[in-house]
Amino acid sequence: MPNRVAIVGIGQTHHAGHRYDVSFEEMLNEAVRAALKDAQLSIKDICATITSNMDPFEGRGCSDTIAVAEIGAYLKAGVKPQTGGTSGATIFSVAWTYVASGLFDIVLVVGGEKQEEVGGDSQMAIITAVDELILRPFYTGALGGLAMLGSKYIAETGCPEEIAALARVIMAENALGNPYAHIRRKITIEDVLKSPMLIYPVRLLHMSPQSNGATALVLASEEKAKKITDKPVWIKDVVTVHHSGFIRYLSGLSPDPSSHEVAAKRLFQRNGITKPMEEIDIFEMYDPCIWEQIIWMEDFLFLERGTAPKLIERGVTRRDGAFPISPSGGVVSANDIGATGLTRFAEAALQIRKDAGDHQVTKEVNLALVSGWGAANWTILGLLSKSIT
Amino acid sequence: MERKVAIIDVAQTKYGVRPDVHLPELAFEPVEEILKKTGLKFTEDGTGIDATVICCDDYWDGRTISGVFGTDVAGGHLRHEERLEADGTLGVFYAMLEILAGHSDVVLVVSYCKESHTEPRLVENMCVEPIFLRSIGLDFLSAAALQANAYMTKYGITAEQCAKVVIKNRGNAKLNPYAQSAAKLTVEDVLRSDMLASPIRAMDSKPVSDGACAVILAVEDKAIKFTDKPVWIKGIADCYDLHYPGDRQLAECQSLVTASQKAYKMAGITKPVEEIDVVELCETFSYQELLWSEGLGLCAPGEGGKLIESGMTEIGGKIPVNPSGGMISGNPVIVGGMTRVVEGVLQLRGEAGAHQVDGARIALIQGSHGICGQHQCVIILANDQGGR
Repeated sequence: MPNRVAIVGIGQTHHAGHRYDVSFEEMLNEAVRAALKDAQLSIKDICATITSNMDPFEGRGCSDTIAVAEIGAYLKAGVKPQTGGTSGATIFSVAWTYVASGLFDIVLVVGGEKQEEVGGDSQMAIITAVDELILRPFYTGALGGLAMLGSKYIAETGCPEEIAALARVIMAENALGNPYAHIRRKITIEDVLKSPMLIYPVRLLHMSPQSNGATALVLASEEKAKKITDKPVWIKDVVTVHHSGFIRYLSGLSPDPSSHEVAAKRLFQRNGITKPMEEIDIFEMYDPCIWEQIIWMEDFLFLERGTAPKLIERGVTRRDGAFPISPSGGVVSANDIGATGLTRFAEAALQIRKDAGDHQVTKEVNLALVSGWGAANWTILGLLSKSIT
Repeated sequence: MERKVAIIDVAQTKYGVRPDVHLPELAFEPVEEILKKTGLKFTEDGTGIDATVICCDDYWDGRTISGVFGTDVAGGHLRHEERLEADGTLGVFYAMLEILAGHSDVVLVVSYCKESHTEPRLVENMCVEPIFLRSIGLDFLSAAALQANAYMTKYGITAEQCAKVVIKNRGNAKLNPYAQSAAKLTVEDVLRSDMLASPIRAMDSKPVSDGACAVILAVEDKAIKFTDKPVWIKGIADCYDLHYPGDRQLAECQSLVTASQKAYKMAGITKPVEEIDVVELCETFSYQELLWSEGLGLCAPGEGGKLIESGMTEIGGKIPVNPSGGMISGNPVIVGGMTRVVEGVLQLRGEAGAHQVDGARIALIQGSHGICGQHQCVIILANDQGGR
């Protein structure tokens, strides 16, 4: 059995359109200081630092070695995992492994993204993620893949565009309660329906923005966590599954289940969960486009194809609903890529601690489901819990 | 540690410039070999390999999220696979942590890099701080030249002493069928080679290289089941130094000292020179073998020059360093540290062939990443005679 691990410190910067006032490293430092302050720890208490960003998105390689001073990695252990959009969630899973191994007591994990600084370009970079001989000439970045998945879903289920608009409006309402979200404005159904079509069926307001920001968490072993805080959030479990068929999955040509379905099956089996929507209280999802929120609800929660729209219509996923999804406003309200996945875990932990302020969900949160996604379909799926058992 | 972890098998490609293969094909070569050697399969029921760790770098690979290109060939599809942008030694470290954490018992680590399909100096320039350092054109070579100057000036290390590292290692490489640049050289040959960035000459530097490695780690009970020659990880630690060369004491290697002391403590080693039988370390440039030897405590600070002159680090010496020929005989970055692990395991299993160190029981491995050896990782390996 892995050693028990808890989240004992949470920090994030505002996820913003621009941060001209700081460098990338200074921005990471803001999140690190916030997390340490929340944990009431000093950088001296940290044994290892795990960090990530997307190198070619940002125009910066070896970011872990560059940011040593600012993230407090000096003379400490650590590593840089990098799994595309999944990175923020991967560093969480890697940091969990560090502590669960028993070799490290207190680990700092920090992810961030600042594409505006040295001329990175995420969509140009994403195109290089596919095979240069066959796919690269006609690949259109993240947007193209997400659009194919949405298009296939509409063809299969006849899901009307109004459902996607409603889901997006719910996310906007959630984001208005979250002071750290990037896109914080009232959005109406009409706004969404009238926003420019990027690639069918994805409209501008369906997509996540490009944000600048950072998130940091402090993870600790059971013994340390109990001393550090009286409200630790326990990491019940976390799984990683990778689906290698990049375009095959997104275009629906893969005969295999999605990485989400495999991850959910593995996680729920290992933790004895048979009815996820009844046993789990909230789901902070990595939803890079609102269509994917709808589709992936069905993948993760073992819902029948085409049933998620009804749940959204009934208000089940709202902050005061029976099964709130992304009460933070989700990835469509802020997407600073190296931080995004980690922010999902941070937000779920805030909900469990009842520290989410204006975007706190109405119901009591004892068990939260958290997902990360990116690259060629990497899924990280975790369970955070209020109680230790 | 509650669970002991062993390396149960290793594989590597021959190093060299490889225009004949595409990146995933290169990565598949050692994976195919190690699967054949061990007979293990990627399984879900605990009878084979449970998870994969891939080490590679986007800029070196010319692709974003380049780990994706290794997924198919390293058994990552619909399975637990993590990807690190770090030297291969960190991949081995992380695989071990996964095993200690308990969800995986057997983990495959793969690292690959094809330096020849890119422009190394541009890639390295992308890996330094972008506002102040990138604009002055700093790359790993020019940063290393600053470090070499600081080190040689402070301790009176000579160009001849650095040349002796090249002569020893490229000579050893003649005994290693996987090595790229084997040669019988003289001090004059090295000192007459082209100056790249003073004091580093062409022969003081490793050649452009392509290659890949695979290593399988397993928890104790499975390791014993899968092989009769397990190699145990007795100690392991890594450590970061600061980034800006001006913030660092370049003539010392503080992060390596910290990492090696932690690893020695974990392995119960108090007198490294007496207890360790063979050393494999990552010398991208010749001066680094001397400086890293000091950081690893094989000699006192500033004594690296005397160490190479003493002959102690030759095959047959008291503490052979890089009997494989080392990085300077040609290994790619990212892969370099894993090659050291592979070579350490071959030595401890008595399978190193012509460059075998007789009776090796304990091996010391060092890997590094970033400018001037900024991020250091140290691993102590032992065979059954060296003690679990």
